[in-house]
Amino acid sequence: MSGLGRFAASRLLGLVPTLLMLITIAFFLIRVAPGGPFDSEKALPDEIRLNLEAKYHLDEPLLQQYFRYLGQIITLDFGPSFQYKDWTVNELIALGFPVSLTIGGMAMLLAFFLGSLIGIIAAMRQNTATDYTVMGLAMVGVSIPNFVIAPFLILGLAVYLGWLPAGGWEWSAQYMVLPVITLALPVIAYIARLMRGSMIEVLHSNYIRTARAKGLPEHLIVWRHALKPALLPVISFMGPATAGLITGSVVIERIYSIPGLGSYFVQGALNRDYTLVMGVVIFYGVVIVLLNFIVDLLYAWLNPKIRYEQA
Amino acid sequence: MSFVRKSPGNLMASMLASLLAVVVLAACGERSSQPEANARQRPQPVEPVLLEGRPAPEVLDENQVLRRGNGEEPRTLDPHLTQGVPAANILRDLFEGLTTEAPDGDIIPGAAVRWNISADGKEYTFYLHRDLKWSNGDDLNANDFVYSLQRSADPATASNNANMLLPIVNAAEVISGLLPPEQLGVTVLDDYTLQIHLVDATPYFLGLLTHPIAYPVHKASVEELGDRFAREGNLVSNGAYILQRWDPRAQIVLIRNPYYREAEKSLMDTVVYVPIEDLNGEINQFRAGELNWTYEVPNNQFSWLQKHYSQELVVSPWLGSFYFGFNLSREPFIENPDLRRALVLAIDREVLTEKVTQFGEEPSFALVPPGIGDYQPAIPEYAGWTQQQRLEEARRLYEQAGYSTENPLRTEIRYNSSENNKKLALAVASMWKQELGVIATLVNEEQKVFLQNREQKALTEVFLGGWTSDYNDPYSFLELFRSGEARNDFAYSDTSFDALLEEIAKERSPDRRNRMMREAERLLLEDNPIVPVYTYVSKRLVDPHVRGWQSNVMDHHYSRYMFKLKSQSSEPPSAPEGTTDGRPEEGQSKEGWVEPAQPEEVRPVEGQPQEGQPEEGQPEGEHN
Repeated sequence: MSGLGRFAASRLLGLVPTLLMLITIAFFLIRVAPGGPFDSEKALPDEIRLNLEAKYHLDEPLLQQYFRYLGQIITLDFGPSFQYKDWTVNELIALGFPVSLTIGGMAMLLAFFLGSLIGIIAAMRQNTATDYTVMGLAMVGVSIPNFVIAPFLILGLAVYLGWLPAGGWEWSAQYMVLPVITLALPVIAYIARLMRGSMIEVLHSNYIRTARAKGLPEHLIVWRHALKPALLPVISFMGPATAGLITGSVVIERIYSIPGLGSYFVQGALNRDYTLVMGVVIFYGVVIVLLNFIVDLLYAWLNPKIRYEQA
Repeated sequence: MSFVRKSPGNLMASMLASLLAVVVLAACGERSSQPEANARQRPQPVEPVLLEGRPAPEVLDENQVLRRGNGEEPRTLDPHLTQGVPAANILRDLFEGLTTEAPDGDIIPGAAVRWNISADGKEYTFYLHRDLKWSNGDDLNANDFVYSLQRSADPATASNNANMLLPIVNAAEVISGLLPPEQLGVTVLDDYTLQIHLVDATPYFLGLLTHPIAYPVHKASVEELGDRFAREGNLVSNGAYILQRWDPRAQIVLIRNPYYREAEKSLMDTVVYVPIEDLNGEINQFRAGELNWTYEVPNNQFSWLQKHYSQELVVSPWLGSFYFGFNLSREPFIENPDLRRALVLAIDREVLTEKVTQFGEEPSFALVPPGIGDYQPAIPEYAGWTQQQRLEEARRLYEQAGYSTENPLRTEIRYNSSENNKKLALAVASMWKQELGVIATLVNEEQKVFLQNREQKALTEVFLGGWTSDYNDPYSFLELFRSGEARNDFAYSDTSFDALLEEIAKERSPDRRNRMMREAERLLLEDNPIVPVYTYVSKRLVDPHVRGWQSNVMDHHYSRYMFKLKSQSSEPPSAPEGTTDGRPEEGQSKEGWVEPAQPEEVRPVEGQPQEGQPEEGQPEGEHN
């Protein structure tokens, strides 16, 4: 296991420059965008503008602001939001992320299990009617964007049948069902296709043929011998996909009025809410990088060849 | 490291690309339209029965909860720092100024029982109710109002609405930091009397006092809690409701304030403001019965809503004008009145409102929208012409300005991203092309970029604009065109117009003042710094069970006037009146009930197609 440990440590160290670069580029990029956080339809008296800029240190040279910011985030303080004046960025992230994490996490779990199952079934019935039907549906699932599916789900299940809320958010299951399904559908389809492909490949490999020759029943072959290697491409897809889901989908959040993290990012950027955008970017960065790290570890665990190469 | 499938570099690149995309592009919102039928029979309210001017208890729904769709998440609930319509809607329920508004928008006494205005119109003496309390039970008196006005004007507070206080003596100096806030022209005579000194007679001043900038804030909690005083659990207010919960971007829940001076008169127990940015999502929530009141309705669904939700659809005039502005500081429009007038004449406003915006907005030829008291907008002569006459004159002027088919005007129309703005700009460009041969290109810009370009006046030629007023007075529109005014993106400057504005500010007699404003508007329009297009309407869906409100040009609707009728079908349950929790004194004790304008609902223009407004629900005082 020391191979895995060393591997983990070296990967973790590699993350620091990545994040630093992300912070630097994002910091200057958002400042380059025309317009500032306090530009609005109404004219701001000069004195008040100066006061605001002084309050948020926007009157300092950009480089000084940058180092001030770096110093600040080392203490994990993202500062006050310019746009939502009653809240700090830390508070907003703490409010938004659990929502995104819950919805995205559930969608990912649903997609992983359902998608893998469908993929395995299709692979085992390769080139039969079942295979074609399931994969045809999956193709449709991949192609239809979720902002098209969502209104249909809302109209059918919420407006006409009245089974579920049409939108809004409370910490209860009924508010989560539609967003989770909407988020999961395309991912289910994608995972099913991945799973089918890799499973077929594995099922054609020599050691599976050997297992078959030994007379093992097909379900045991799949479960015990084929599943682990066949999962590799799915796992590597899941890293970025999970990151994408749990950091909040702007579209889904908007359609269902969910107070997740994604909209803060967009609203923050549109309003030049520098602290909010930076906070969310850094948070995203850390989440994505960590998830990739986890996937690397999983990968190394699933495929010993990688560990040894690294070591 | 060859096995790393997704390198951090890639990741970062994609994240930064998405950040860049967001910065550079603007979010587009519109989704596909909805199916054509709604078979479900919706419950109907019972007939409202009034008992001494109030709804009889037996017609009231037991569950007096109002759920209002409310656009964007409010930026803050600090009344002095507030921005935009959504926050103002909530603050009107939470706070009360010296004056307030009746359901029809009339200015009525609020925290002040009455007031005297000195003969020269520059000194307002307000007499407060004796027993006013904050929502935490603290006494509220004249000192609170003085403190609050000083706080609003104090540059350290950094209120973006501070300029609204400019009519008050020394406000300009206080705002610019030349005088301490204590020097603001507001003085306490005794605990229940305060005096406000104005620079000029300002006829709309009583209306200004209904704006959040003039709301009182609780000094002790502001000083103790600072930036966090407006949070859930912290906010102390003096209006009909208090803040019970605030889940950002999910809901803001208000409950009745037992210390409000007329607490026993409000019928709605709970008001839930639901922030919803997606207008289609909002409609869905309304249709699913999760909202009683929407913030807006999407432009592209008017006819569908009119057909299926005619009873719920409410459209009424709103105090705002939509126009295209010219940048007069550069070619081709500088010193070129003939060209500007030709362009003003060449568009067909009826086509724009009927075919493009489709909400049946009122075509407009002037700057000031109709519906402001006795003011008659200065409608130019060409409004009475036929479109053919206008076109002929437009062509004549276009040639007179030195343009022709061989030598066409080339210009740019700049607008901020929105489906609707794009349609309008496109339509206007094609009208100009068809009638005059003008070659206009469209330039789409993200909001902040657009605003900055307009302000810098270096790039803009023709730009999209609009103005909705914070107070019910034509001056708010005219003032935009004062020389050097910060939001005068037209670079309009005319000495006689400026002089007239000065005089208007001083004028006391409403009639004379109206005449002068009309003259100023006429002067302005003669110079054609804008192409007037239409005047706004407010448009929303309202649950027919919700009554007690009236349409008004400010589109201000206080929840304390509203109540919910019960449904016809739900009559049988033997709901004994007055068992509802939370209602202090229930049932028949209606003695103390005198003034409330008219809880009798007066339903406004129901789904009338003549007025509609195409904008994307922009904050007040904002251009689109």
